[in-house]
Amino acid sequence: MMLQSALDPAGPQSARISHLWWVFLAVCTVVYVLVLVLLFIGVARGRRPSAAPRASEAGLTRAVAAATAATVVTLFVLLAASVATGRAVSEHDDPDPLYIKLTGHQWWWQAQYKDPSPDRQFETANEIHIPVGRPVIFIVGSADVIHSFWVPSLHGKVDLIPTHENTLWLRADRAGTYRGQCAEFCGLQHAHMALLVVAEPPAAFEAWRRDQIAPARAADTPERRHGERLFTSLPCALCHAIRGTPAGGRTAPDLTHIASRLTLAAGTLPNTRGHLAAWIVDPQRIKPGNAMPENLIAAEDLQSLLDYLGGLP
Amino acid sequence: MRRGRARAAGIVVLCVAATGGCWRERRDFRGAPAAAARWAPVRVDPLQPGGPLPETAQVGPYESNAWAIAEGQRLYGWYNCSGCHFAGGGGIGPPLMDDEWIYGSDPQNIHATIVEGRPNGMPSFGGHIPDDQIWKITAYVRSLSGLERPDAVPGRTDHLARNSQPQPRPR
Repeated sequence: MMLQSALDPAGPQSARISHLWWVFLAVCTVVYVLVLVLLFIGVARGRRPSAAPRASEAGLTRAVAAATAATVVTLFVLLAASVATGRAVSEHDDPDPLYIKLTGHQWWWQAQYKDPSPDRQFETANEIHIPVGRPVIFIVGSADVIHSFWVPSLHGKVDLIPTHENTLWLRADRAGTYRGQCAEFCGLQHAHMALLVVAEPPAAFEAWRRDQIAPARAADTPERRHGERLFTSLPCALCHAIRGTPAGGRTAPDLTHIASRLTLAAGTLPNTRGHLAAWIVDPQRIKPGNAMPENLIAAEDLQSLLDYLGGLP
Repeated sequence: MRRGRARAAGIVVLCVAATGGCWRERRDFRGAPAAAARWAPVRVDPLQPGGPLPETAQVGPYESNAWAIAEGQRLYGWYNCSGCHFAGGGGIGPPLMDDEWIYGSDPQNIHATIVEGRPNGMPSFGGHIPDDQIWKITAYVRSLSGLERPDAVPGRTDHLARNSQPQPRPR
């Protein structure tokens, strides 16, 4: 099940954030109830002018001073809790974190896995796999407008600013698939800019990484070979890359292992053959205004293209 | 009373005038551009049998459309037009900012140049770039030398410094 809830923490940072949320809720509830009770008492007493003796001026001053002091103390306690949480979520002491460079585009996510060894670097889009129990440092930026990266089950949000890099680290302590969402309005399809973070045990993550690093599976049937030829000669290859083929566009999601992903178009559609066909032919009906143009291709050519892309695990 | 009426009339005039800007940002995400169907021949030779036909208005589908010009600006970078034409000043390819047009400056001429390619290096992009995107690039290329309406040329780019493409300047 895909969860997207800040109150369902799956890591230490989100646990602290959700803890802070409950503290704020409790304190604010007490304050709210107290204020309403005092208000009702005041209203009730105001109706009976001579029932109680008038409070002295000095007594009123003391009451106002006490209420002010209580307010200041409460606010400082909340401030301290907030600062403590902020410090706690920004520190880590792991000597070997995983680095991912995350770039926001209108309207998808580009994820580049960094590694000191160049042959272990690779790129994917809209779906990030991370190992359970190991910190992941996200270096985030934007290629166009301001976006914001927010996976509520794992951490708070961080803005993706053009020409500027922010960093954020998080750790998942529980395996699962967590949904994230662009959290800063970024244009027409802002709502269709989601991503999935798949936290899996280290062994499963290493297997996934091995598969992602590898170039695309070679086309082995006549249909798939035809599909590959179409992909590299049609407009597809001007924007998309499939590693291991001449297609080397750098402005759209890397499709080397598109069949391994759970969704299409940044979490808009489940990744099935039918949805992929609809997306290739008429993406502007599904996500109006996105950068992918309509592709009017012959039915049998489309089937070959789907055979080819569907065979890229 | 008279002042109130004058003020009301003023507001009505302003509202009507404001609708004049409605088409500036018109966005059609689907469907081939209408003017692509209104094909007019590009006449390389002025000699025509039986005398010249009356001039047909040679317009592209995205003339004076601010959104399309901005899209063309983005695609100019994506498809590496700047690889040869640079920021419009030319280098490997001819400049696009000046008044000199080897193959014509009408939208149809520029569209044909991109689709068909030209000798000595201009690749033929027909079929490799969707046609409506070629029309958008055409509108942007024309804006580089001030052939587009200045009020349609975007005053800024959505893409900040990192990916910035040349800003067209109205003459």
